[in-house]
Amino acid sequence: METDKLLQSEVRVINIGLAEFAHDLERCDVPVVHVEWSPPAVGDPRIAALLAKLGG
Amino acid sequence: MTSASPDTIAGANREALRRILASDPVLVDVQLARDAIPRLPDRTILHAGPPIGWDRMCGPMRGAVAGAIVFEGWADDLDAAARLAASGEIRFEPNHHYDGVGPMTGITTRNMAVLVVENRAFGNRAFCTVNEGIGNVMRFGGNDREVIERLQWIASVAGPALGAAIRHRKGIPLKSLIARGLSMGDEMHMRNAACSSLILRELAGDLADTARSDLSRILRFIAGNDMFFLNVAMAMAKSIAAAAHDIPHSTVVTTMARNGTDFGIRVSGTGDHWFTGPAQMARGLLFAGFCEADGNVDIGDSCITETVGLGGFAMAASPAVVGFIGAGTLSDAIAYTHRMREITVGTNADWALPTLEMAGVPTGIDIRKVLATGVLPVINTAIANRLPGRGQVGAGVVHPPLTCFEQALIRFAEMNGADA
Repeated sequence: METDKLLQSEVRVINIGLAEFAHDLERCDVPVVHVEWSPPAVGDPRIAALLAKLGG
Repeated sequence: MTSASPDTIAGANREALRRILASDPVLVDVQLARDAIPRLPDRTILHAGPPIGWDRMCGPMRGAVAGAIVFEGWADDLDAAARLAASGEIRFEPNHHYDGVGPMTGITTRNMAVLVVENRAFGNRAFCTVNEGIGNVMRFGGNDREVIERLQWIASVAGPALGAAIRHRKGIPLKSLIARGLSMGDEMHMRNAACSSLILRELAGDLADTARSDLSRILRFIAGNDMFFLNVAMAMAKSIAAAAHDIPHSTVVTTMARNGTDFGIRVSGTGDHWFTGPAQMARGLLFAGFCEADGNVDIGDSCITETVGLGGFAMAASPAVVGFIGAGTLSDAIAYTHRMREITVGTNADWALPTLEMAGVPTGIDIRKVLATGVLPVINTAIANRLPGRGQVGAGVVHPPLTCFEQALIRFAEMNGADA
């Protein structure tokens, strides 16, 4: 997709992570679906390495 | 050292879930703790949460300890009791080390009455004190004459009468009672109105047959307390969680508990080791006249209910509770339950949620899923006044600290040859 034309048609947004971004769009009447997400292991490399071995 | 592959862990966790689902908890008796738990030593006080000494106990816990010492006759008054508690002559241990649980301060001593729940599928028993009612009670650190006399009446009159009535009808199966309660708006942690009524209905006739005295007072005592069933649910949950404990390679949480200072968890595959972190302040609604500074941080063994899929995990069952604890609307309650599916091994079809097309409650918290998603278990809870004996100042939602799960995973990895 050509990104320079992205905002020239109707914008529909999937927001991932920080809910406040979705709330701002809602306030502007932009269709938005919010997905709750945070980085695996909350960004801790040691825990992430253990999860890679142990699954989950 | 043995190693555990993701498949091995998944198999162990399926076994933990199987044991939870296969459990058959039955309320079988009310006894004095010294009879129900013969290995409970003298001059020992059992408390909620992970291990803690007098020096780190919060206000309500200290108040309850002093009251329990007077109740047991180990000191004549509260000042002497506090000195004795600080002297090192009293042994403090978690309820969980004796197959027990207790709400809020959770104080249990030898001469207090305890509910006895037997998990008939696995033969283990679990214990919880009898709920004292609301207001000035020992679970909130109350320790004056009113509190002590009520505990004495429970131990000498109400407890024996309840025990006789329960034995008279050969026990009360709890699994089906919980199922009915969920369909009537209880989530079994902060709302027990339905099950408290149901168990009174179950017991009333037998109490009439067996009570030697004070029948009307006993009936009013139960009928006047919407949280009477909480302690039954807690003993039941403990009997279930204990059956899923000590499964090699399992990453399922079998204990969550708080002592008013620390939050602690234990995991099936890591033995009896506690993984602790600072207990958090619940977010919710405070009663009129109180502010957040009046509240104590999270306290009590009652989140054993969440450990087996009730409480916050079953929030979708309870539109009434979601408003009471300031957690939003029914759709928020449903969202809480949905979120708990992300961190659990499966669901419990026997405990179905009407607002979720009769889907079962999310069951079996997997520490790996908690860490992979960053989604922490949600716990519905009362908020105690940080001063002893002042009762409850509100109710809300709280989470364990993430560090408990991080420590548990590191320990699990060390035990299973998977160090980072």
